[in-house]
Amino acid sequence: MRLLTALLLPAILLLAAGAGLWKRVDVYQTLGEGAKEGLHILLRILPPLIGLMTAISMLRASGFLDWAAEALGPGLAFLGIPPETVGLLLIRPMSGSGALGLGAELMRTYGPDSEIGRTAAVMLGSTETTFYTVSVYFGAVGIHKTRYAIPAALCADLAGFLAAAWAVRLLFA
Amino acid sequence: MRVAMSWIWLAMVGLSLFFGWQNGTLEEVSSAAGAGAQSAVALCISMAGPLCLWSGVMAVLRACGGLERLSRLLRPVLGRLYPDFRRDGEVMEAVSANVSANLLGLGNAATPLGIRAAKGMAERSPGTASDALCMLVVCNTASIQLIPTTIAAVRSWAGCRTPFDILPAVWLASACSVTAGILAARFFAGIWRER
Repeated sequence: MRLLTALLLPAILLLAAGAGLWKRVDVYQTLGEGAKEGLHILLRILPPLIGLMTAISMLRASGFLDWAAEALGPGLAFLGIPPETVGLLLIRPMSGSGALGLGAELMRTYGPDSEIGRTAAVMLGSTETTFYTVSVYFGAVGIHKTRYAIPAALCADLAGFLAAAWAVRLLFA
Repeated sequence: MRVAMSWIWLAMVGLSLFFGWQNGTLEEVSSAAGAGAQSAVALCISMAGPLCLWSGVMAVLRACGGLERLSRLLRPVLGRLYPDFRRDGEVMEAVSANVSANLLGLGNAATPLGIRAAKGMAERSPGTASDALCMLVVCNTASIQLIPTTIAAVRSWAGCRTPFDILPAVWLASACSVTAGILAARFFAGIWRER
């Protein structure tokens, strides 16, 4: 499994280059144009990240994050979720950059290969910025009665958080 | 949403000042403020390489017609999720392209495609979200990206040497999340009647 995931990236690079030559795509130039698009994404992430990572590291230094983890710990431990990730559960549906910043902070504080670090990464990878997505979609088509879209989407988020903690324990314990 | 984030940010700063004062860690809080902004920039710089590389690779795969091929593959399966629109070629095409773009991690491409599908769905029931539209939105609020490159980049920034070893766990958790969303939408559709 480890070798497989290690070979994944080179394999995709090879596949893309091979398929591109086969389809007579200008592989090198397209790669460059795509990379430019990556820079645009980065420019969009950075400004909110500055504000949010400032606030998050202040929260960490003040002792609030430890306090919140301790206060909500028993309930979360009952569900099998590491209490340290509590902030992630709260901010993930609301702010993508906030969750990314907090996740990065968790990975650095506890180590990317710790159970907490891994759970944070899997949580980030298996959930979305629910409220943002809902407002973009319904806003774009002018819908006011959203019925059960938000509760159902939050069910998906909750399942993602639980499954993330569970999958990390299953695959890395 | 913007206003909400301003309040959340204010609350975060207020809470850290309060807890800093309570725990006597105000000095640490103030030095953490500068360090936090710096680590945001450091994070973005170390993410830049993998993120740009990946965007480039995805651009190549897209130029080869990878998105269309994946869409055609997914369309019959997705028809089952949207029984009311199974025969609507235009909507189903947009839906399957939206799902394919999400799977490949092309967020920028996925949203306009999804909105095109949503517009087609909303024409039949203006003002109120139909069951199909709720399903579309729920499926877009669940993450199904196959290779979460941004997260892998964050992991390498934090000192991880095998940033992709979480992939199987991400797939498992994503599958659980999307299944729960679909089941919840189906369940609510039965009890939450349109008026």
